[in-house]
Amino acid sequence: MEILVCVRRVPDTAENEIELNRAGNDIERDDIVYSVNEWDNYAVEEALQIVAKSGGNVTVVTVGGEDDEEVLRREMAMGANHGVLITDEAFNGSDGRGIATILKAYIQKNKYDLILTGVQAEDGGAQVGGMLASFLDYPFASLVNSIEVLDHNKLKISREIAGGSKEMNEIDLPCVLSIQTGINEPRYVGMRGIRQVASLEIPTYGASDLGLDPNSVGDAAAKVKRTDYFLPALGKGAEILQGSREEIIDSLIGLLKSKGGLK
Amino acid sequence: MTKQESSARPQFAVEERVAEESVRMFDGIPSPAQATYWSIPGPVLFSVIAVLGLACFAYIVARRLAPLLRGERDIRFDRPLVRLQRVFQYWLGQWKHPRFRFAGTMHILIFAGFLILAFQAFSLLIVGNSGDAVIARFSENAGRSYGILKDYAATIVFLCMVIAATRRIVFKPARYEVPSRYGKGHRADAIFLLALIATLMVSESLFEACKASMQAQHGLQAELLAVLSLPWLLKNALSTVSAATLWNTYRGAYLVDVLTFYFLLCYRPFGIQFHVETSLFNVYFAKLDRGTVKPVRWGVDLDHVKSFGVKTFLDFTWKHMLDFYSCADCGRCSDQCPANAVGRPLSPRFLTTKARDYSFRHYPVVGAVANGTPLIGSIYSEDEIWSCTTCGACEEECPLLIEYIDKIVDLRRGMVDDGNVPKSLQKPLKALESRGNPYGKMEKKRAEWTKLADFQKSCAVPVLDGRQSAESLYFVDSITSYDDRMQSIGRATARILNHVGANFGILGPAEKDSGHEVRRFGEETLFMALRDANVEAIEASGVQRIVTSDPHAFNALKHDYRDLPPVEHTSQLIAREVKAGKIRFNPVEDGDKIYTYHDPCYLGRHNQIYDDPRQVLDAIPGLKRVEMGRSRDRALCCGGGGLMLFYEPKEDQRIGVLRARMAADAGANVIVTACPFCMVNMEDAIKVAGSEGKLTAIDLTELVDQQIARESVSEVVAGEQVVVTRQEGAPV
Amino acid sequence: MPQIFAYIEHKGGAADDSAAELVAAAKKIDPAASPVAVVTGWGADFDALCNALTALYAEVWKVADASLAYPNAELVRKALAKVVPHDSILLIAHDHFGLDLAPGLAIKLDSTFVSDVVSIEGLDGGFLKVVRQEYGGQVSTHVRCDVSSGAVVNIRPGAFKPVESAPVNGKVIDKSSQVGALSAGRRYLETFVAESGDVDISKQAVLVSIGRGIQEKDNVAIAQELADAMGAAVSCSRPVVDAKWLDKSRQVGSSGQTVKPKVYMACGISGSFQHLAGLKGNPFIVAINKNPKAPIFQVADVGIVDDLLEFLPELTGKIRELK
Repeated sequence: MEILVCVRRVPDTAENEIELNRAGNDIERDDIVYSVNEWDNYAVEEALQIVAKSGGNVTVVTVGGEDDEEVLRREMAMGANHGVLITDEAFNGSDGRGIATILKAYIQKNKYDLILTGVQAEDGGAQVGGMLASFLDYPFASLVNSIEVLDHNKLKISREIAGGSKEMNEIDLPCVLSIQTGINEPRYVGMRGIRQVASLEIPTYGASDLGLDPNSVGDAAAKVKRTDYFLPALGKGAEILQGSREEIIDSLIGLLKSKGGLK
Repeated sequence: MTKQESSARPQFAVEERVAEESVRMFDGIPSPAQATYWSIPGPVLFSVIAVLGLACFAYIVARRLAPLLRGERDIRFDRPLVRLQRVFQYWLGQWKHPRFRFAGTMHILIFAGFLILAFQAFSLLIVGNSGDAVIARFSENAGRSYGILKDYAATIVFLCMVIAATRRIVFKPARYEVPSRYGKGHRADAIFLLALIATLMVSESLFEACKASMQAQHGLQAELLAVLSLPWLLKNALSTVSAATLWNTYRGAYLVDVLTFYFLLCYRPFGIQFHVETSLFNVYFAKLDRGTVKPVRWGVDLDHVKSFGVKTFLDFTWKHMLDFYSCADCGRCSDQCPANAVGRPLSPRFLTTKARDYSFRHYPVVGAVANGTPLIGSIYSEDEIWSCTTCGACEEECPLLIEYIDKIVDLRRGMVDDGNVPKSLQKPLKALESRGNPYGKMEKKRAEWTKLADFQKSCAVPVLDGRQSAESLYFVDSITSYDDRMQSIGRATARILNHVGANFGILGPAEKDSGHEVRRFGEETLFMALRDANVEAIEASGVQRIVTSDPHAFNALKHDYRDLPPVEHTSQLIAREVKAGKIRFNPVEDGDKIYTYHDPCYLGRHNQIYDDPRQVLDAIPGLKRVEMGRSRDRALCCGGGGLMLFYEPKEDQRIGVLRARMAADAGANVIVTACPFCMVNMEDAIKVAGSEGKLTAIDLTELVDQQIARESVSEVVAGEQVVVTRQEGAPV
Repeated sequence: MPQIFAYIEHKGGAADDSAAELVAAAKKIDPAASPVAVVTGWGADFDALCNALTALYAEVWKVADASLAYPNAELVRKALAKVVPHDSILLIAHDHFGLDLAPGLAIKLDSTFVSDVVSIEGLDGGFLKVVRQEYGGQVSTHVRCDVSSGAVVNIRPGAFKPVESAPVNGKVIDKSSQVGALSAGRRYLETFVAESGDVDISKQAVLVSIGRGIQEKDNVAIAQELADAMGAAVSCSRPVVDAKWLDKSRQVGSSGQTVKPKVYMACGISGSFQHLAGLKGNPFIVAINKNPKAPIFQVADVGIVDDLLEFLPELTGKIRELK
């Protein structure tokens, strides 16, 4: 089975303190550690496990620049057979639909049986997978937390739904799936593995390689744009609620409601 | 019968007719070389037995050596004089045995007995062929003294066999037990061996007894038997026996003795008794350098290594394989292992015996070699290998100096190489890779602990970033830098260094985790990256000495890093300054406090620093100190530090809780530690054990900082006048 | 002004809470808007539901088809693509179903897609201005979306409070015939309901977390009752797991789970470094602790100095009363 996993390089939420930059138009990127989006990593591990059982190859692809190559290499150190970097100035500033358009063009030039994305990215909109499927007219399922290969035509998958229940579905190949965290236990990628793939070849594709009209992607074509970043109001230490227990409970309930703590 | 002149020729009831001239004398009586066994002449029979026995033994040993010759290289031929000294101390001197007094004493007696009897045993073997008593070559006196010695030796060994068997059958010491998951018990095998050795003792004693009896019966001067020894008792028992029976018993005992000897010789390499042969070599080749970890491959550039770590049996070094052969299954290692004590799947004894059984199965004496099975998943489980805190208690106990930590590290290296790392460890490892600390905190905040308002005013801690330099480096390491509770150890240390006028600084954001546990958890490449970064930063700082309050960092800088200025732990520095009079203490105020010192593994066992911290405590006036039952090199690990704090073991309870109870049992209400990881584990354990209010923990530096007698006026620090006030007394 | 539609999710004949929230969201886009509900389903319960929705929505477009009896997003998408006008604004809840449905639907409708909106500033010409969050809620961003050719907007559940207003007297319009035969490459098989033991706290939006202050295993039930009343899950700090009062899967901390809830009730938790390391994002932290000096009060938003063993049951009782 030929599996394509779409991955993305994002600031690592576990190892960074996300702060605003001075201009307020982005997060402070000095001193930021990037890594592969956590959901995408689960997707790659899942792909590796599928080909270990059913044979085939895993290709990882990302849309970005030179800096983004490092996540491709990391996933190749994990076991992916090929890495592909799709890069072009024209792609900068693409919104989710733009990214999906770009990936669609790449996919149509190749043959993949299964396309995986993560459910969402730390800075994304949980959209590329679903859009890609619609562009390609492939069946789609999101929040996938288990995959069973039934035969070369079909998969049996489960989706995570409310309350942690599992919705079982059968889905035809080729299809697009967005993968939820916890589907497996991703293997460890040691520093040694990363060093070993440091010099492997990673082909690049640009707009003309993919036959893309630059006006259909990139900043010009984007319909969803961030205008600024801001921080939700933070308090300094807890506000200790005062009053009788009853009064405190009432205040607390009011606060919980406004913060979405009560269903 | 009357005593006859020695010149007269005695008549013997031998089965076959023997020409007088051809009778060879053995102290005046025929040797077994004269006997016939089922029509086979003695010399023929014994020659055959000897040849078969020796050939078998040689073949068995060759087959046992086979996997060792295919194992990985190990550098063990250096420093021969040191190794020889250790052979005298640990092998001949049985140095470690008394640690378990009863069994240890017995073993010393058995070992001494064997050594004494060895000479006798060999000469006895030859008697079957040549008839000459080798002993006769020695002087009369030497021969007689030796004779008495050996009689008692045989007796004592025999008695020890009986006692040992009784222990096994009746008293069943816990450390010999075999939990069901490891297979059937070893008792039957043990009893069998004990019985064989006892047989050897009895047959030999019987032989001696018969000989003496026959000599007496024929009026010859009987060999003197030691009073109340086994041969002596047997001789008396035989006094009324007929000459014919005596002769038959005599040659029967000899046959049994020879057969048992050769049987044991060939049987030993099939089980735990192989240690009789291998122990000398195992001790000679034992690891000399405490606290170190072996390289991935000795003498091989890492770029040329295809696979890291131990995945299959032949990935072990030959010395590690020899370790497996040398285990005597005594269980002392597991008895002291903290992981084993709390029900984690690790028991060092079985790590060794399972590997030995594996090698016997896959590299058998008879049969085909079966190569290449992965060890993890077959004889070892992943959790078993991750459970080890590397405390070194097992290595400290083993009388045969068997090594464990290097093997565990190698097995972990293999798992890391295969990407098989538990999720709980992946997070901190990734954080170490990107941020140089396991918490994922930002590098630029590594020195934030120095910026606590009140502290910063009174104690400036320069960051040695190239613009500033100093004579000493205080290597803080990650936990003391980032954990709010442990930061107070950093501040206490800084104040102490200030007080003694040390010209010091810290590396700040340039400091990375020492990588001590990273290496011991098998991530060698990441460790080397951390080490190289630190070495560069240390060299750039131009310091001439390094001090650290973290024993793991201490051990790493001392043993895992190379070409660094001298490193010491704060306890050593403080002890020295106390002796020099630069640190004086105020008396303890609370008379109800009873302190006990908990030895951190990487300060105590691995680096043998036991006295300095104790001297510091004893220098504090009015400080009441008690010693826990298990202390110094017997101290129980707190549960482990570094990456071990992130690992989620399967256990019945936490190791720290056991230790907290030991402190309470010793009558203490304050546990003094000298390691931030011990502190984390002790404070956690106190909470979990529900001992809050009854037990507290304090770091040595915090206690010292609290009790230091400071003049209330200014102290000069690096040229600046700073007023040092008594601040931030650590929570007691 | 573009027409605003709202896709209504439902279960067992009852509309999801998001039904009312989407009305509120629609009003934020255009205060004068009269959003149209679009519902898919099948059966008597479904018919009754559509009727009930007329209290909230002036028009309820009913799309009934046997194949839509179970909400399979692949089929629903095909149905909606035929029914919903391409230049309208369609609001869908950002939940497990909305995530599945919306992005692909936006492509089929050739509209702009905006995900997980937490606040709406309004329409400005052909541009919709909204607020989204990134990095697990650590930062917020203002986003400007070109909706001139239509939009599909995923609304975060709970972000828009339903507005109290007089019931609307809406009507049901049957659009079922517009849909035609529906088939898709994904077929629903069955649902495995999670046992209450299988709670994944890392996915929970609201957690009632307990520490040693709970004191005994029997008291854990107090926290569970509060969690049930709040629609939350129970999590804990390490000592509770060590004492074996809760399963390891409930532990929040550096050697436990990392959680990113919206609301975190820290009950009897001191707030150790190792515990807080497992709490990410920017949750609203309520700390309840007997000890006013507990470190948790440094990081909490709101603090209550009280005995949790007494406070929690009273809180639970009050919440239940209000339901």
